[in-house]
Amino acid sequence: MFPELNNLLNITPDRAEQGKLTLLCDAKTDGSFLVHHFLSFYLKANCKVCFVALIQSFSHYNIVGQKLGVSLTSARERGQLVFLEGLKSSVDVFFQANEEPHPLQFLREAKPGNLQPLFEFVREALKPEENGEAAWRCPVLLVDDLSLLLSLGVGAVAVLDFVHYCRATVCWELKGNMVVLVHDSGDAEDEENDILLNGLSHQSHLILRTEGLATGFCRDVHGQLRILWRRPSQPTAPRDRSLTYQYKIQDKSVSFFAKGMSPAVL
Amino acid sequence: MVGGIMNAPPLSPGGGGLWAMTPSGGARGDTGRKSEMMDSLLGLGGLMLLRDSVEWEGRSLLKALIKKSALSGEQVHILGCEVSEEEFREGFDSDINNRLVYHDFFRDPLNWSKTGETLPGGPLGALTAMCKRTDPGPVTIALDSLSWLLLHLPCTTLCQTLHALSHQNSCPSDSSPVGQVRVLGLLHEELHGPGPVGALSSLAQTEVALGGTMSQTSAHILCRRPRQRPTHQTQWFCILPDFSLDLQEGPPVDSPPHPDPHTLRVDPTTHLTFNLHLSKEEREARDSLTLPFQFSSEKQQALLRPGPGQATSHIFYEPDTYDDLDQEDPDDDLDI
Repeated sequence: MFPELNNLLNITPDRAEQGKLTLLCDAKTDGSFLVHHFLSFYLKANCKVCFVALIQSFSHYNIVGQKLGVSLTSARERGQLVFLEGLKSSVDVFFQANEEPHPLQFLREAKPGNLQPLFEFVREALKPEENGEAAWRCPVLLVDDLSLLLSLGVGAVAVLDFVHYCRATVCWELKGNMVVLVHDSGDAEDEENDILLNGLSHQSHLILRTEGLATGFCRDVHGQLRILWRRPSQPTAPRDRSLTYQYKIQDKSVSFFAKGMSPAVL
Repeated sequence: MVGGIMNAPPLSPGGGGLWAMTPSGGARGDTGRKSEMMDSLLGLGGLMLLRDSVEWEGRSLLKALIKKSALSGEQVHILGCEVSEEEFREGFDSDINNRLVYHDFFRDPLNWSKTGETLPGGPLGALTAMCKRTDPGPVTIALDSLSWLLLHLPCTTLCQTLHALSHQNSCPSDSSPVGQVRVLGLLHEELHGPGPVGALSSLAQTEVALGGTMSQTSAHILCRRPRQRPTHQTQWFCILPDFSLDLQEGPPVDSPPHPDPHTLRVDPTTHLTFNLHLSKEEREARDSLTLPFQFSSEKQQALLRPGPGQATSHIFYEPDTYDDLDQEDPDDDLDI
């Protein structure tokens, strides 16, 4: 996790909020460093994490996680992390017997179906222990990323329904958190992606949007991060609804600074 | 009375001028204006569209309108698809909460759990059941949200159901008159194309579009009264924690840009080491100067008739020892 980002969001692993949906969105840049941040953050906060990783392999996240101070292998072994590796398990859809639906069952269906098997997988992974003892603080669902589901043929409404059900179970029933990543197509007019992004924005409590610089690639400033808090508890509390920072990604950390205040130009 | 006509606000045809906002606030008290905005929004009945966006959310205004309806004694039904019942009821007093009937479609709207707990027929079934109610008295139905319904139901079905719902009082089929129905629908504008939004807009008697500037929220209200021209009004407001409405003055209208009195006008021609100004004689001499390439009549005459002072030009040439003096004209062989 990146301590500077924790300061900007005003959270620490000891004092994480509960029942929140955080939307990560990137436009013209790669926002996956935020996924690594939240993965290591919640593992350090002693939460039970269900990670639906459709984009990269387990070893990729593990290597980055080790740089940030968490070991995914040991987290998985002690039961803190439930990892659905999309790349590997998509092949199992074809070789598995047909008794119980595979989480990625939609890959086999000719017409676009719903994501209920995936939701059942998430619910099963995060359900509280039978013996009543809470070994972990609160359940967390991480998805990387949802735009891929659109590319795989699932409709935007089906993805929104999946997020709705996850929100009802993880955020409301189990008082946990959710973090999902969606790509913003930007100029490429992708209606389904826009519906997905806008629909998720309306449901989210916190939106972190990374954008590439409008002027192009820069060696010292990799992009811009906009933080938007929605649905505050007090409707009229004076709130900094939106903050913008620029960032630079280094080997083991990310440094944030106000616009125009990069150390390279000061 | 002589002065009476001058005091009344000018009435434009179609009733549009009744709600013209004056920056000074007008003579009526603040509470009077608050209830007037709510009354104008709720008074029409029928379908009201609350169009919000990611920047400017509309659920608070929806809850404020629900609170007003509940306080005036109406029964309020809420079709909740987007937020949980606890989150929706948060902020309301217990006496308001007792009047709210919450139809919960948040937990399991599509019946995935198959436990049978969901209300049969889903949200559409609940809406159709509301169309068939027979108890008298005014009722308010809040749809949270209309966008969810529009994404999951065909647009035509939804529009037909909404029409049947909001026009119950106009069909006198049974002897008992059904009370006025008001439908409040929360619509997230960015999620839908212009077709479905236009269809819903044509069904609506009132539309409220939310927007604003950095610190203030505005509502652009469009009212369609029967047999009158639609009226537009923009109202700045904010919602208090107990979901009552607080009307505000808008930000000052943009005045034409005028020079900033704080910046001093500096004359750049002062304190120079050279002279930029011309004296009167210098200015006259400059004005009477003819430019070298301007072809005036004097110049033409001078060129055509060489004056007495101008003899043919002489070239004085001292040849060197190495010069080759050739008296032939080298251009003789040119055939021009």
